[in-house]
Amino acid sequence: MGLRNIAHLCVKEMRSLLRDPVMMILIVYAFSLEIYSAAVALPETLNKAPIAIVDEDRSPLSVRIADAFYPPFFLRPKLINQAQMDARMDAGLDTFALDIPPGFQRDVLAGKQPAIQLNVDATRMTQAFTGSGYVQAIVLGEVQGFVQRYRDVSVPPVNLALRARFNPELSNRWFASVIELISVVTMLSIILTGAALIREREHGTIEHLLVMPVTVTEIMTSKVLSMGIVVFVATSFALTVMIQQVLNVPIAGSLGLFMAGTTLHLFATTSMGVLLATLARSMPQFGLLLMLVLLPLEMLSGGTTPRESMPEVVQFIMQAAPTTHFVAMAQAILFRGAGLENVWPQFLALAVIGSVLFALALARFRSTIGDF
Amino acid sequence: MTSDARSQRPIASLANVTLKYGAVSALDDISFEIPAGCMAGLIGPDAVGKSSLLALLAGARKVQQGQITLDGGDMANARHRREMVRKVAYLPQGLGRNLYPILSVRENIDFFARLFGQDTEERKRRIDRLTKATGLHPFLDRPASKLSGGMKQKLGLCCALIHDPEVLILDEPTTGVDPLSRRQFWDLIDGIREKLPQMSVLVATSYMDEARRFDWLVAMDDGKVLATGTPEELLQKTGTATMEEAYIAVLPASKRQTENAVIVTAKDVPVQDDIAIEARDLTMSFGNFTAVNDVSFKIRKGEIFGFVGPNGCGKTTTMKMLTGLLAPSAGQAWLFDHPLDPHDLATRRRVGYMSQSFSLYPELTVRQNLVLHARLFHVPELRIRARVDALADRFDLTGVLNALPPRLPLGQRQRLSLAVALIHSPEVLILDEPTSGVDPVTRNRFWRHLIDLADQEGVTIFVSTHFMNEAERCHRVALMNEGRVLAVDTPDALCAQHNADTLEDAFIDFLNGDEQVAPPPVTVATKTTAGRDDRAFTFPSFGRIASIARREQLELRRDPIRLTLALVGSVILMFVMGYGINLDVKDMRFGVLDRDQTALSREYVQNLSGSPYFIEQPPISSPAEMDARMRSGELSLGLEIPHGFAADIARRRPVEIGAWLDGAMPMRAETAQGYVLGMHAHWLGFKAAQAGMGELFAGPAVVQTRFRYNPEVKSLIAMVPAVIPILLMMIPAMLAALSVVREKELGSITNFYVTPTTKLEFALGKQMPYIALSTVSFLLLTLMAVTIFGVPLTGDFVTLFFASVLYVAAATALGLLISSFMRSQIAALFGTALITLLPAVTYSGMIDPVSSLEGPGRIIGAIYPTTHFLTIARGVFSKGLGFADLGAPFFALVVTWPVLIILTALVLKKQER
Repeated sequence: MGLRNIAHLCVKEMRSLLRDPVMMILIVYAFSLEIYSAAVALPETLNKAPIAIVDEDRSPLSVRIADAFYPPFFLRPKLINQAQMDARMDAGLDTFALDIPPGFQRDVLAGKQPAIQLNVDATRMTQAFTGSGYVQAIVLGEVQGFVQRYRDVSVPPVNLALRARFNPELSNRWFASVIELISVVTMLSIILTGAALIREREHGTIEHLLVMPVTVTEIMTSKVLSMGIVVFVATSFALTVMIQQVLNVPIAGSLGLFMAGTTLHLFATTSMGVLLATLARSMPQFGLLLMLVLLPLEMLSGGTTPRESMPEVVQFIMQAAPTTHFVAMAQAILFRGAGLENVWPQFLALAVIGSVLFALALARFRSTIGDF
Repeated sequence: MTSDARSQRPIASLANVTLKYGAVSALDDISFEIPAGCMAGLIGPDAVGKSSLLALLAGARKVQQGQITLDGGDMANARHRREMVRKVAYLPQGLGRNLYPILSVRENIDFFARLFGQDTEERKRRIDRLTKATGLHPFLDRPASKLSGGMKQKLGLCCALIHDPEVLILDEPTTGVDPLSRRQFWDLIDGIREKLPQMSVLVATSYMDEARRFDWLVAMDDGKVLATGTPEELLQKTGTATMEEAYIAVLPASKRQTENAVIVTAKDVPVQDDIAIEARDLTMSFGNFTAVNDVSFKIRKGEIFGFVGPNGCGKTTTMKMLTGLLAPSAGQAWLFDHPLDPHDLATRRRVGYMSQSFSLYPELTVRQNLVLHARLFHVPELRIRARVDALADRFDLTGVLNALPPRLPLGQRQRLSLAVALIHSPEVLILDEPTSGVDPVTRNRFWRHLIDLADQEGVTIFVSTHFMNEAERCHRVALMNEGRVLAVDTPDALCAQHNADTLEDAFIDFLNGDEQVAPPPVTVATKTTAGRDDRAFTFPSFGRIASIARREQLELRRDPIRLTLALVGSVILMFVMGYGINLDVKDMRFGVLDRDQTALSREYVQNLSGSPYFIEQPPISSPAEMDARMRSGELSLGLEIPHGFAADIARRRPVEIGAWLDGAMPMRAETAQGYVLGMHAHWLGFKAAQAGMGELFAGPAVVQTRFRYNPEVKSLIAMVPAVIPILLMMIPAMLAALSVVREKELGSITNFYVTPTTKLEFALGKQMPYIALSTVSFLLLTLMAVTIFGVPLTGDFVTLFFASVLYVAAATALGLLISSFMRSQIAALFGTALITLLPAVTYSGMIDPVSSLEGPGRIIGAIYPTTHFLTIARGVFSKGLGFADLGAPFFALVVTWPVLIILTALVLKKQER
């Protein structure tokens, strides 16, 4: 491989990109505002969960319970009647509806252990899971406090002190900003390389390169390298300026190590871009292929939902996706402060995936030259 | 005819028209009148403003300064333009640029006919007549991309004539067309004009020999008019014998000196005996089509070897084989006595190649292009500057070194291409139609360069062309037709063989002998009534929408890969995501630092490890170890049971178990938190019951939690109705996202500019096929959800169906909006991915309800169509709801689509600026 050829071709790629002002604006937007709005959009833990209360008791205790729900965790509870409850849940207005039965306070004080019914809209997965625990804890806490004024109840002898590490407040902003960064990095690196190759094909310039003393490997390497550099620079900006400064997310580990991992990830995704471009015969086909690849990369890499809960088949298939390892690596380095001794398996996986994709793309590129 | 023409009122008049592209002016204060009912020609070399002028006259380009009157009305007036599109037909420059390559001949004409509102019977009659007249009738079902250049132009003409225009505007219709087809084309135009004497024809050409055919001429140069009048008047005035000389005579004195009409030929250039290039039995087949059939020839060093033949005869393919771009199916080629090896980089350095289409980087300046190629050919860095300057000087590019190639006139671009091909001083030059589309003056200069190269530097030149007067300048020529070489000899010898005066006659003789091509009989058009559709144009016409939709649909159907990707792709994604996305937390890995090591502490741990939510890992021996293992991500939960755990419990002293959760993924941590607390409470209750101390641990009240709509809290049932909206946003939007910007890049957008299609009709028509396809996709996904995933559909399907149609209409409209807004396909792709992925996945309530979002995401979520369709999908699938319950989100969808389509129509431009 001629390093000089590659360098010259890289300069050409960068110059081409600079001439597309709309694209430059989109890139700047993606690495700033897009990350910002994704980071602040997600609620800090349980946020403003809509709750309604059917108070059939109308006792001091039931009022005390209703008062215990307030922002930011919950919206102020709507006091409704039984008939409204079903309609409101059907319409998706409330995630939770608490039904306090008549005579509740009386039964509590009499030690009869009365039951409160909590209705949860289970189609709203996250709020349903986390929120129902909160509601239970709040209700029981209020009842306990109320009862203690009347009776002496001893503290349970075994206490569980539960703390979250690495992100003690469980702030979603930390996680969401990094996940969005990963998503934008993946999306942009695939699109830039893939579309650049298809455009050269549609404009006939690739032919020109191929009659020069330039090898296919050099052409491909230059695309991978130049677009990788563009995304690398944008990532560094987003991480240091947007995530650290603007969003105030503390970074636990080494930025250098993370950027090294990003480099490996970019090697894999840019190669994937070239591979997709050789599979697609036109830009519209490339666009569809892109969606088919981006969606699983985004949804199943562990950034949106926990990987352990996915079926094993899906977990296994997603081992071949670079984002899976990149997400794991980013979490470990940025939040848990892990070092290379912890994340080397991800580094290795990214290097292997990248090499395989690069080799596949190169082989496809060579074999499709005749079709250009 | 000419005197008649001049007595009528002018068909068009221009007053002080100026047009600028940025700082460059294409037309500079032009004023003249074109007489009606005649064939008026604009002559002059490339990029003197002819195309810009015709585009302005056709209404395809916006008038900047001055006034253009066509058929008595002002072309700056939108109302008049709408009337004129019915009367004017416009054939833009570039072979088949306004045609749809994957549509057949019939479908292309049919598309235009429908735009003009012709009914089935009329369309059939007209298509029949036009294709018979042009000789395209036998090829009705052939895709436009498989036609030769001449046939493409005839097809373009058929499309233009479909609505009996009163004004026919042809922009360089014969550029790039072989001589035989050119003759046929002009015969055809003459035939049409005989039948329709009232029709005005405006033609631009850079072929001076064609100028004699016109009734009236405008000679242009550098954005200015040099002279007007009949050809005879021009010849008389200048005292010249040919139009070419007449043109040069009217040029300003400063330019005239540099031009000179003397034809240079290669005859005096010496040729060596060594062979530079040899082709032996070269054959190239694509499937069952043989593009090049058994071609053999030898080219000697220093020779200028011409390759002549109509478009599509295999010239380009042969040249590509000689450059190593294509591997031949059979036969072999030698370059300097070496068998041709595509991997041999050393031979590539001895060859310079210039491909048929201009293929330099449009985003790099002239200097950057030259420098890039110099570097890639390893011209020593120190010599690059001098080499670039020398070439720029030689090819007269010094003044434009910092300009971008697309802004340059074609002639300059061709010289740039040649300069690039010569940057590394190659011994062999392979030039594929280097002068196609270049005006005669520039061509003459170009050939002088070639002959200098052969003469002074001994460069071997292999050049293909369809200009016979260029072929006459070569040492030897090969005549090629339909993949075979008919003859190889010197031009004189070929003429002599056929007793022809010119090579052109000899070649036509050859072709006639080869395939018995007879000029088609010209029996065009008796005058028919104008198109029926005389309604006001401002109201959307269903016919035109249907016509655009039909064409888009045909293109989609001809691309089965795209269709399959859209349908099968959604199904696969549904599988992967339906099964894959699971918000439940299972299999959390935990480790225990058990400092107590008693039966009770082990029992506590077993309580946890026995549940499906937790998997126990090897025990932890120290706090440092716990720290390391959590940091690496191996453990998501660490427990520490203190010394004297069992003993303290027995003595009823307070005990504290420490538990640390990995908070790196907050959502998972929160869910896990609930489970850990639950397991702990469970253990306490269990111990209390065991000890008969139930009351001590039991709380004063119980909360019974009922998970509604999905009692078993299965992720699948909650996820599938949420995955469908996401898929139906992203894929339809991407399908539509390239539809407009692609027409902009490829040029067929001109049809929208010059036909009576309104912006709204264009947008709606483009959408229809994608809405239909996406609706099929919706049905497929719903069927899968119910059958394969077993997600019950408990509500009203009809509501869901209509909501989905509205939703995919909004999704495709969103793609269309981006497409109309963007200028490049890359930007459209990235823009679509950005505007669909994040809002659909994160802001639309799939995971967190919109009501609990914050900041810009909250606002986007509130108006984004996915939010509303998600509510409907969940309502109908899981909650058993119908239209009555879902009025609000349904109404939101009803509003979204028209808003997006109107925005698209506002962003679309009906004229080029």
